[in-house]
Amino acid sequence: MAILTSRKALWIYWGVLTLAIGAYLALGLLTKGAGSDPWLKPARVLFLPGQTSHGHYQIELACESCHTDPLGGKDVLQDACVNCHGAELKEADDKHPKSKFTDPRNADRVARIDATNCVTCHAEHKPEITAAMGVTVPRNFCAHCHSGENDIGKERPSHAGMDFGTCADAGCHNFHDNRALYEDFLLRHRHEPDLLAKMQLPARDFAAVVRELPGYPADRYPLRQLDAGGADAPAGMQVDQGIVRDWLATAHARAGVNCSACHQAPADGGARWTDHPDHKACAGCHQSEVKGFLAGKHGMRLDQGLPAMKPGMARLAMKAGAADKTLGCTSCHGAHRFDTRRAAVEGCLACHNDRHSLAYRMSPHYALWLKEMSGEAPPGSGVACASCHLPRIAHKSDDVSRMLVQHNQNDNLRPSEKMIRPVCMNCHGLGFTLDALADPGLVAGNFNGRPSRHVQSLDMAERRERELKEKKRGRNGG
Amino acid sequence: MDKTYGLKKTACMMVTVFAGMGAGAGHAKDMSFKEVADALHAVMEADRTVYTRLIVNRLQNEEKVIKASEHWKDEKALVLPAQMFRFGAEMVAEKKANFTYSLLSLWPINKQNAAKTAVEKDGLKAVAAKPEQPYYQTETLGGKKYFTAIYADRAVAQACIACHNAHKDSPRTDFKLGETMGGVVIRLPMK
Repeated sequence: MAILTSRKALWIYWGVLTLAIGAYLALGLLTKGAGSDPWLKPARVLFLPGQTSHGHYQIELACESCHTDPLGGKDVLQDACVNCHGAELKEADDKHPKSKFTDPRNADRVARIDATNCVTCHAEHKPEITAAMGVTVPRNFCAHCHSGENDIGKERPSHAGMDFGTCADAGCHNFHDNRALYEDFLLRHRHEPDLLAKMQLPARDFAAVVRELPGYPADRYPLRQLDAGGADAPAGMQVDQGIVRDWLATAHARAGVNCSACHQAPADGGARWTDHPDHKACAGCHQSEVKGFLAGKHGMRLDQGLPAMKPGMARLAMKAGAADKTLGCTSCHGAHRFDTRRAAVEGCLACHNDRHSLAYRMSPHYALWLKEMSGEAPPGSGVACASCHLPRIAHKSDDVSRMLVQHNQNDNLRPSEKMIRPVCMNCHGLGFTLDALADPGLVAGNFNGRPSRHVQSLDMAERRERELKEKKRGRNGG
Repeated sequence: MDKTYGLKKTACMMVTVFAGMGAGAGHAKDMSFKEVADALHAVMEADRTVYTRLIVNRLQNEEKVIKASEHWKDEKALVLPAQMFRFGAEMVAEKKANFTYSLLSLWPINKQNAAKTAVEKDGLKAVAAKPEQPYYQTETLGGKKYFTAIYADRAVAQACIACHNAHKDSPRTDFKLGETMGGVVIRLPMK
């Protein structure tokens, strides 16, 4: 009887345990936000079908970011891709937009490779086949449409016999973004020297456009110089005079941005004082900057409701001592001082520890930066980390056009040709730029030296132009 | 071939197209594929001609105040008439409207706009020979049956022939005003 009872008890324990484990796993899978819950996170990890790409690994436990409807199939995933990347593709004049492939006249091409869905070429959770830029199809994918009857060699004899695996080589073609690679652009910039006569990065113009920014709280914080006596920290609060001095030295104090503008920002509950305002407070005035930050590697976790990114979680090499820092606006800009010059170099190098980052201080770019910092050279002549990775770009919204710092450092990173127009060509000729970006050793060493590779694109465009002119002359009788 | 294009959603879609033509959903319901295609083309041709004559030809060729360029963004220029047409077609495709259209040619500057399907090849030849007579045919693409209508696209202004005859990638350089340069292809799904 005792044996029976103990066996029965075991069955009950087993049943309860099974149910409990099942319930725990179900909660981990189905609870929204389980990826940020310390108790449910281990359960969710078990459901990851495979490691995600470098673009998404930070948010891979926020399954619902992409799988918004578990039963929605490809369309749901497609919407998720477009939701984050659609605007960027439009801006890039995407050469292979979906509309090209939903046209029935291209049905035969779609049958060979379904280019109506991003995941056809960018499948996730497949680390074993994931290459640069999250591409999961073999490099010769162009052959699906540009070989055989429509062989590119027929239209461009110079391309006849080229391996389709080389189409997307640096400086040649990209599937989506060819803004710096199209033939007439190459021709227009063919004669440029390595270093342009005028080498200068565009200046920020926040102060000039601030009045026009929608939602700027000029009613509460009129644009006027504030002094220490005007600081509106709550009565009775012990305020560190160092903090006040830092604040007084900033554009914030010069533009009427008082303590309460950040510490009692409407996004943080308005009337309640917050000692450590987050990015939502900054967004009150710097909305576009924060939008970029949340779209990039530094803020994407926050955007998905996950705890902030820490360098210790990164796949890139980071400094050991920085592993537990949490990333927000102030981690680079510093609270109260908001020194953009510090943010542009020290902000990056406090964490990043890869070869390219470590080589920066040996580079000609850094030498120029030092000259600008010491006042020997004019503003915009130095090249900081941020000059290339968080560049100043012309930004147009419905309300205002401005030169904005793109805080999504991933926006121009891959393929590197995306950096050519907004960054490199402020100082360098196109030919030199193409060669430099095509040299992996030079990139890794932070451009300390000259390119050892030569991209043929400019030469080919020139040769074709010459041939067409000769043909035309022949047709017109000399 | 010329069956009724009576799908309700298509009728709704057509309301917009016919807004300026005095026709409504009641009429659209009973329209044949051919009538729908003809009506769509009437709007397309009118808009295309207006843009080419009143914007591009007037400002570029007559008044000479601004250029039109395929690199309109980089060169701060007007969008070419062919691009205007294509961007519209792309926007319609994004809206998942129940039809597609494109501008093709036997002598395309952009090789992607060459005739591809057998119907396109026949149709473009037919309308080049007889521009006043549209070409209608059915075809099956990707397992779906379509009513395809092709209409002659003629050089309505100096701007058309000046550009096509001078462009480095143009396979033909002797176009004359009024001549057929290509065709507008409209496809209506028949299911």
